Amino acid sequence: MTTAHNPDIESYRAGPDEDGHFGIFGGRFVAETLMPLVLDLEQAYRQAQRDPEFQRDFDYYAKHYIGRPSPLYFARRLTAHLGGAKIYFKRDELNHTGAHKINNTLGQILLARRMGKTRIIAETGAGQHGVASATVCALFDLPCVVYMGATDIERQAPNVFRMKLLGAEVVPVTSGTATLKDALNEALRDWVANVEDTFYIIGTVAGPHPYPEMVRNFQSVIGHEVREQITAAEGRLADVLVACIGGGSNAMGLFHPFLDDTGVRIVGVEAAGFGVDTGKHAASLTGGSPGVLHGNRTYLLQTDDGQIQDAHSISAGLDYPGIGPEHSWLHETGRAEYVSVTDDEALDAFQLCCRLEGIIPALEPAHALAHVMRLAPTMGHEQIIVMNMCGRGDKDVFTVADALGVTL
Amino acid sequence: MSDSVQPLSPHDDYTDTQRIANRFAALKTERRAGLVTFVTAGDPDSERSLSIIRGLPAAGADLIEIGMPFSDPMADGPAIQAASLRALSAGMTLVKTLKLVRHFRAGDRTTPIVLMGYYNPIYRYGVPDFIDDACSAGVDGLIIVDLPPEEDQELCHPALTAGLHWIRLATPTSDDKRLNRIMTNSSGFVYYVAVSGVTGTRSASEQDVAAAVGRLRRHTNLPVAVGFGIKNAEQAKAIARVADAAVVGSALVDIIAATDGDAEAAHKLVRELAQGLREEPRDL
Repeated sequence: MTTAHNPDIESYRAGPDEDGHFGIFGGRFVAETLMPLVLDLEQAYRQAQRDPEFQRDFDYYAKHYIGRPSPLYFARRLTAHLGGAKIYFKRDELNHTGAHKINNTLGQILLARRMGKTRIIAETGAGQHGVASATVCALFDLPCVVYMGATDIERQAPNVFRMKLLGAEVVPVTSGTATLKDALNEALRDWVANVEDTFYIIGTVAGPHPYPEMVRNFQSVIGHEVREQITAAEGRLADVLVACIGGGSNAMGLFHPFLDDTGVRIVGVEAAGFGVDTGKHAASLTGGSPGVLHGNRTYLLQTDDGQIQDAHSISAGLDYPGIGPEHSWLHETGRAEYVSVTDDEALDAFQLCCRLEGIIPALEPAHALAHVMRLAPTMGHEQIIVMNMCGRGDKDVFTVADALGVTL
Repeated sequence: MSDSVQPLSPHDDYTDTQRIANRFAALKTERRAGLVTFVTAGDPDSERSLSIIRGLPAAGADLIEIGMPFSDPMADGPAIQAASLRALSAGMTLVKTLKLVRHFRAGDRTTPIVLMGYYNPIYRYGVPDFIDDACSAGVDGLIIVDLPPEEDQELCHPALTAGLHWIRLATPTSDDKRLNRIMTNSSGFVYYVAVSGVTGTRSASEQDVAAAVGRLRRHTNLPVAVGFGIKNAEQAKAIARVADAAVVGSALVDIIAATDGDAEAAHKLVRELAQGLREEPRDL
């Protein structure tokens, strides 16, 4: 198996540069009102990075509150069923709150506390990041306001109730298309209006610098653990890493520690919705073009006039018309491959995983799994795939029942 | 969508780098503050939008800001978000916005036109093409909300080189160090955003604005226009006492929404605001 390697790039792990650029992607495309905040945040984050106490706090809560490290599990029956490469799941769905999102919200709330911020805002699509934000806000006794598209509120009712139980205020966003991108717009509007006391916990590896880098670093706990775990289990690294991508935070967290291991093939899986050629999808790299939105330059779904288009996916967590800028860069440099999986393929993978492994996956990693199902049979028995099982599927059972025509 | 305005020769070149400076010089001679009016291009459609914009100078607008509609206007409040969506639903594009400016310019060679909006539609249009087309259509300056000084190489540098003015926003969060950075590569005038927040939601006190404008003047000799939250003649007058121009946006956009683009209703509001400013002579 060959892996793309660009001789001009000394390290794929060196980015971003000091202005937040990964090649031409990233940057700080925000209103002037927010610039002082973004610069403060960067400075506070740099100080935290140098402070061993910050890392100690993060490790303590990661272990005792989130339950890290999450296991690396050999999916025996799925491996036998597909009849090719050995398949391992990184079990980030076993984290407290049921997804990888809390790795990042933990890091950011510790930073918010250091900065003396007294109010937290967040945006959410599927509700996983909203729940993870509400959770750490309860833990540290900070008020939390979560912006969520009205459309998403409807299709993710269990997570909305969870956030409310955790004490968060969930604000329905009806502007634009009432989905994740509009929730992000509304959170930015809140931040512009409440610059003094408010910390904005962005849920993915997007937004103005330093967010893409910071969120990636908090999520990199996933990849660092995988490195140790796969070495312990197999005595070597995996041949292929696979993760699903909406904004791309679970994928960056898994991929980043391996970017310079050029023998490791890296595959991101976007949501193709009804199919990339139908126009109803969320595959920004496969079906989009470079543009500027939400503080960074990256691949976007947009019209010829530069208007942002609606994304579509059965998975609310992948339903975003952009992607983290570092993924755009990894795509253009060829270091990572990006493929797409339709709603139907994800639904098939979802059901197979339930029956073969006794794991109900979230619809997001079901996309990654659908690609693993394509890939594994083409690989040898001695080869290894690690897939990030980044969320559990309890939140999706109603959506899946609906898609399968089952009345609950 | 049918565009009933007649196509103009695309070869007419309305480039003029002095319109903004000339207008502020004239205001100084008249010893009054200027009125800057904001409307979204193509709201509620290109035809009605053009007739609103054409009548603004006669109603008393000294400078015109034209919003370039964008699907995701992060820094705008409900009024301007809705205006953007109305325009986009009616088929507005950046190409048509530039055409609208060209039509306006054919009948008015002196009133400065500043385009305001977000970077993505311009990036998608292509920066060099956009700059060429904007200059020749008679655009005088640009206010691009999501291009802070950190991203000057994107559009600010090429725009300035081509003779377009680069108008920056200064805000209550801008400290002295930040103001130095903001004033570098600022031209035409400086737009002081009087409240931290999205457009059209809150108003600022005259006292706070006076203090802030005083601080700005220690960093620049450019004229200072103040906006965000001005809804009536009294507020416009208050701004006029301390700044070189008052910007009215959301209030005007609200009238356009409420009257479905009735030009006379929009011009009536502008006349009232302009009248207020003219009653407030400045001692400069």
